[in-house]
Amino acid sequence: MSAVAMLPDAETERPLLKVSRLSHYYGARLGCRDVSLDVYPGEVVAVVGESGSGKTTLLNCLAGRLTPTAGSVEFRMRDGRLRSLFGLTEAERRLLARTDWGFVHQNPAEGLRMTVSAGANVGERLMAIGDRHYGTIRATALDWLARVEIAADRIDDEPRSFSGGMRQRLQIARNLVTRPRLVFMDEPTGGLDVSVQARLLDLLRQLVADLGLAAVVVTHDLAVARLLSDRMLVMKDGTVIEHGLTDRVLDDPREPYTQLLVSSILQV
Amino acid sequence: MATRIVVSGLSKSFVMHLQGGVQLPVVQGVDFSVDAGECVVLGGPSGAGKSSILKMVYGNYGADGGQILVRDGERLVDVASADPRRIVRLRQTTIGYVSQFLRVVPRVSALDVVAEPLVARGIDRALARSRARELLARLNVPERLYTLPPATFSGGEQQRVNVARGFVTDHPVLLLDEPTASLDAANRAVVVDLIREKKKQGVAMLGIFHDEEVRAAVADRVVDVMAFRAAA
Ligand SMILES: Nc1ncnc2c1ncn2[C@@H]1O[C@H](COP(=O)(O)OP(=O)(O)OP(=O)(O)O)[C@@H](O)[C@H]1O
Ligand SMILES: Nc1ncnc2c1ncn2[C@@H]1O[C@H](COP(=O)(O)OP(=O)(O)OP(=O)(O)O)[C@@H](O)[C@H]1O
Ligand SMILES: [Mg+2]
Ligand SMILES: [Mg+2]
Repeated sequence: MSAVAMLPDAETERPLLKVSRLSHYYGARLGCRDVSLDVYPGEVVAVVGESGSGKTTLLNCLAGRLTPTAGSVEFRMRDGRLRSLFGLTEAERRLLARTDWGFVHQNPAEGLRMTVSAGANVGERLMAIGDRHYGTIRATALDWLARVEIAADRIDDEPRSFSGGMRQRLQIARNLVTRPRLVFMDEPTGGLDVSVQARLLDLLRQLVADLGLAAVVVTHDLAVARLLSDRMLVMKDGTVIEHGLTDRVLDDPREPYTQLLVSSILQV
Repeated sequence: MATRIVVSGLSKSFVMHLQGGVQLPVVQGVDFSVDAGECVVLGGPSGAGKSSILKMVYGNYGADGGQILVRDGERLVDVASADPRRIVRLRQTTIGYVSQFLRVVPRVSALDVVAEPLVARGIDRALARSRARELLARLNVPERLYTLPPATFSGGEQQRVNVARGFVTDHPVLLLDEPTASLDAANRAVVVDLIREKKKQGVAMLGIFHDEEVRAAVADRVVDVMAFRAAA
């Protein structure tokens, strides 16, 4: 094997999101502390941990929805340069959220407009990035409803009349229609029954693979992490206590807390 | 023949924190290599650490020490120290793995379970499915099952889906954990043929086979894992 030189790996890929030593406190109360993480194009990173461990806090800081108390979050802009999220103006950040990011909330009511039609919920995002042609917007909306398995004849219905699973699928369509480069998801399958969850997960798996999305997925469900992610972080009391290749963390966990988490579920 | 895997000084133990932190040594000083076109078999009794070694080569288990060099095109990657993203890429292009049991994904059909590793390598879905179909047919999986998720299949049917998934790609390294364990004689023979074809194509294989007959038919060498038994 000596014929082959031990070349260093040409690391051509550059991170899309770069998080360094990020902490967030709610007054005196700890949200998350000293988290560092890089997210690369096309990879799915799961954040797991028990209730109150700081997952949502971390996600909100990454997506610019919450200002960290310390540390930095940088995003690679389309010009190839890393920019600090919190160095951007509010307007720039909002534009980025519309063009480059998606955010899927656990409660679809937070991510949807409940009083406009399903078609408008999807079309609105296209208009926000400058699409003005009614015909193409409606056609794209229809295509996306089909992709998330919502029947075409529901396009003019308001999401209020949808089941929880349908609302969540609509929220996903609304977020992905603009082909964001990075999607944040907070418990995307939480609050749904098991069979609905399986369907949604399968859908997410396929979309993430087909679109080559990068995503950060917060979940307390290790099976969701196993199915969706390449890498995972385990959080406890606001800090990341273990991270690595998803199947390694799940099958060969090192930390006492991770071993406890993995052993408390039947099979993942 | 080119060497594809070199394992040296590899050690592994588990620390069971839920059992008072007891340390469970598994193997130490593991040394062996696998050349292209060769099938090396890990031998030894149950609990010896055969699957653990295979999983470390796949990056599924972490190593405590030592090296696992795998040739990836013109490079060598040390799986024991590679970062997770490197391992993800290595699995996509270089290392295939047939686990002892199929891990079923809800709602994904048998055909797509098998086609998926090809799609992940950028092969057109229709072409991937037709290759998957051929392999499932060779393994005598009834056609009516192709569109169903394997969750409800028999043990032997699931195992054949799993074997097809591992053999469908042309990964230059293939890891096999008892791929014939729950198969009947006819299907064991199909797997033996598949392994022989892979050898001809120059694939380096590292496998575990309990069945004496299968082992005799495919093994170029047997590495006795008991020689690497770690002292408790
Ligand atoms: N707006 C807030 N004001 C004060 N404290 C908060 C606020 N939001 C969260 N916290 C606290 O921060 C800590 C982390 O909460 P966070 O919501 O990030 O947890 P989580 O891991 O997402 O939990 P869950 O799984 O229950 O959603 C908790 O102690 C929580 O009580
Ligand atoms: N994830 C794990 N956590 C803790 N202990 C483990 C783990 N995986 C394997 N072990 C232990 O390591 C030892 C070796 O197991 P391994 O599965 O490698 O044996 P094997 O040689 O493949 O046996 P078999 O022939 O029965 O499959 C066993 O004592 C087993 O209990
Ligand atoms: Mg939360
Ligand atoms: Mg075994």
